Amino acid sequence: MDDLLSDALRQLLEDRCAPHLVRAVEAGQSPAELWTQLEESGFADALVPEDQGGAGLALPDVFPLLALCGAYAVPVPLAHTMLARALLAQVGVPRPRGSIALAGATEGPGGAVRCAPAAFGRVADWVLADAGARVLLLPIAEAQAEPGVFPLDAQLQWSEAAIARARRVPGTHDLEALQACAAAAQLSGALMNTFQRTLRYANERQQFGRPIGKFQAIQHQLSVMAEHAFAARMAAQIGCHATGTTPERLRVAVAKARTSEAALEVAALSHAIHGAIGFTAEYDLQLYTRRLHLWRQAAGSESYWHAVLGEELVDRREGLALDLVRATTDVH
Amino acid sequence: MIAAHPETFDDTFPHPGARRVSALDSLSLTALPPEAEALRAELRTFLQEAVANIPARVRARSWGGYDAGLSRELGRRGFLGLTLPKEYGGGGRTAFDRYVVVEELLNFGAPVGSHWIAERQSAPLILKYGTEAQKRFHIPAVCRGEMYFCIGMSEPNAGSDLASVRTRATRNDKGWLLQGQKIWTTNAHNCHYMIALVRSSGTPEDRHKGLSQVIVDLKLPGVTVRPITDLSGDSHFCEVFFDDVQLGEDAVLGCEGDGWEQVMSELAFERSGPERLFSSIVLFDEWLSWIRTPQGRTPESVRLAGRIIAQLAPLRAMSVAVTGKLAKGESPVVEAALVKDLGTGVEQSIPALIADDLFRRPGADMPLELLRTLDYVTQAAPSYSLRGGTRDILRGMIARGLGLR
Repeated sequence: MDDLLSDALRQLLEDRCAPHLVRAVEAGQSPAELWTQLEESGFADALVPEDQGGAGLALPDVFPLLALCGAYAVPVPLAHTMLARALLAQVGVPRPRGSIALAGATEGPGGAVRCAPAAFGRVADWVLADAGARVLLLPIAEAQAEPGVFPLDAQLQWSEAAIARARRVPGTHDLEALQACAAAAQLSGALMNTFQRTLRYANERQQFGRPIGKFQAIQHQLSVMAEHAFAARMAAQIGCHATGTTPERLRVAVAKARTSEAALEVAALSHAIHGAIGFTAEYDLQLYTRRLHLWRQAAGSESYWHAVLGEELVDRREGLALDLVRATTDVH
Repeated sequence: MIAAHPETFDDTFPHPGARRVSALDSLSLTALPPEAEALRAELRTFLQEAVANIPARVRARSWGGYDAGLSRELGRRGFLGLTLPKEYGGGGRTAFDRYVVVEELLNFGAPVGSHWIAERQSAPLILKYGTEAQKRFHIPAVCRGEMYFCIGMSEPNAGSDLASVRTRATRNDKGWLLQGQKIWTTNAHNCHYMIALVRSSGTPEDRHKGLSQVIVDLKLPGVTVRPITDLSGDSHFCEVFFDDVQLGEDAVLGCEGDGWEQVMSELAFERSGPERLFSSIVLFDEWLSWIRTPQGRTPESVRLAGRIIAQLAPLRAMSVAVTGKLAKGESPVVEAALVKDLGTGVEQSIPALIADDLFRRPGADMPLELLRTLDYVTQAAPSYSLRGGTRDILRGMIARGLGLR
């Protein structure tokens, strides 16, 4: 089933989410048409129970879909929306039409709430925000928006009045783990794409009368890239391993830390192998390597999640380190 | 120490092409079956007692440490030869079962070097290629933890370029006459037998053709074993000289001339196990005990502990996934190379990172046993990426799997 599902999304993205579309949305074009196509395909409801109109899948089932969002640099928050709708369905909150970005938030003076930055804040319809004591579902149309650093992001602020109107999501939720789970899965897809296109380039680009991939130095760099890309893919799968639709924080810690580490290595090696052409705006490599850095920084860099794992191991556990390794990798 | 894979220097090996890349893609999170996990508690109870009085600096040697008594006891308890057929004294169980057992042995730092190579490589090799008589003679004794093997691959002038071995077996009226020399042979001074890669016909220029593996009884006249002391002061590897050693007709493993193929299949099995991620784990656990105390704990140490877990966890999942492929009868050569190159890199980084964590606080009162363990592992670490194929060889294999060669 995994393969059928991911083949269908891959085909859709191949047709509807080509690099020129990604560039156009980054340059300011509305992603509405792409979002409508994705919405019609049903993928955004993959984790919603069947009796609520979704596909009723569990988190491990959708790992390939989340990874594809990274591999195709999808310029709308499809991965976030899948996870957000699962959460809303779980707590019985009606799911609004449109895409939902996940974000952390701070409460400012006078009861205002601020997301600075909100990933996908410029292109999403809603934000599911973790404002410390409460989780809020906020319409972006009502926010005061400023551009973020990445072209798809935004700095968003809602007034006290807008917050008063907003829907509060009952219960406490680890939105940080949700964001990190999505970022890790998207990183794994972007890493694999970056690796594959670098491999292809090394086989095509000729210097000194032969493809540069014939040189041992390049071969070894590609081998190291492969190692990181495949370890990161395994780590992202670990992050998506859960019995239901809610990621487990310690597994997510492994996933986000390892994929973030791989992002640096793979981005650097891909540019080293591509040379100057890979450094141009015109060439597609930048669509993925810029995201490797973006998603490494999103929802906590590797050091943040190292501390999460370290505190678990040092402060809350006794005995062998192996037992924490097992707890984060065993499949139940 | 085991000789490296020669592929880097030789392009006549079959070209797996781009299909290998998608095979790598299929390395998926794999469950250890409950019957494999069921072995863990029993073994752990035994090990907690068995290694209780062995200091960490000795346990840090793990499969470089020797204790024939422990090997026999593990054999008696049915923990050796788990994947070998019951009719030859094995457990008749799966590669997953063996994975769990090896993972526990290494994490406790049990000195398993006596039986290690015999159980991991030699007995499975004899099972695959040996005659019925060879199987009946060797495999049950290996499963009992009583018969130890070493591997004769490297020679003074044949390291990574393994196909250039010069040790020669010449046919005579009594069988085969062995002449030559092996080196870096792990544990030869404690072993009963060697499986040696030798030239049985042709010349070194014939490369892969004319090579055979022979089983050599190391007590035979003409065999001289001389331990080599390594930089840490240990003597775990040896020079082995063969001065007209007379072998019987039955010494050849499988068919004469099949040595190269046998060696290649053997190396795939030894590259992806838990021994490629846990070589520094005793040091890590010893350091962990200290940073769990108020004197040892700092925010930097906590982050470092998490960093090492974040690297070990995906590697362990990859190693289990490769075990799953082995259990299905596949030969995941490239995946195994990938796990080993990454895994040994993490293993080697552990002593370096821990040293920095400890010595950024000069004057702190640190446990002596921790410092001794760190000293040993720091010295041993270079060997992690030499044994079983060097980094350069492994990366060459991965490149071949990617279709670059």
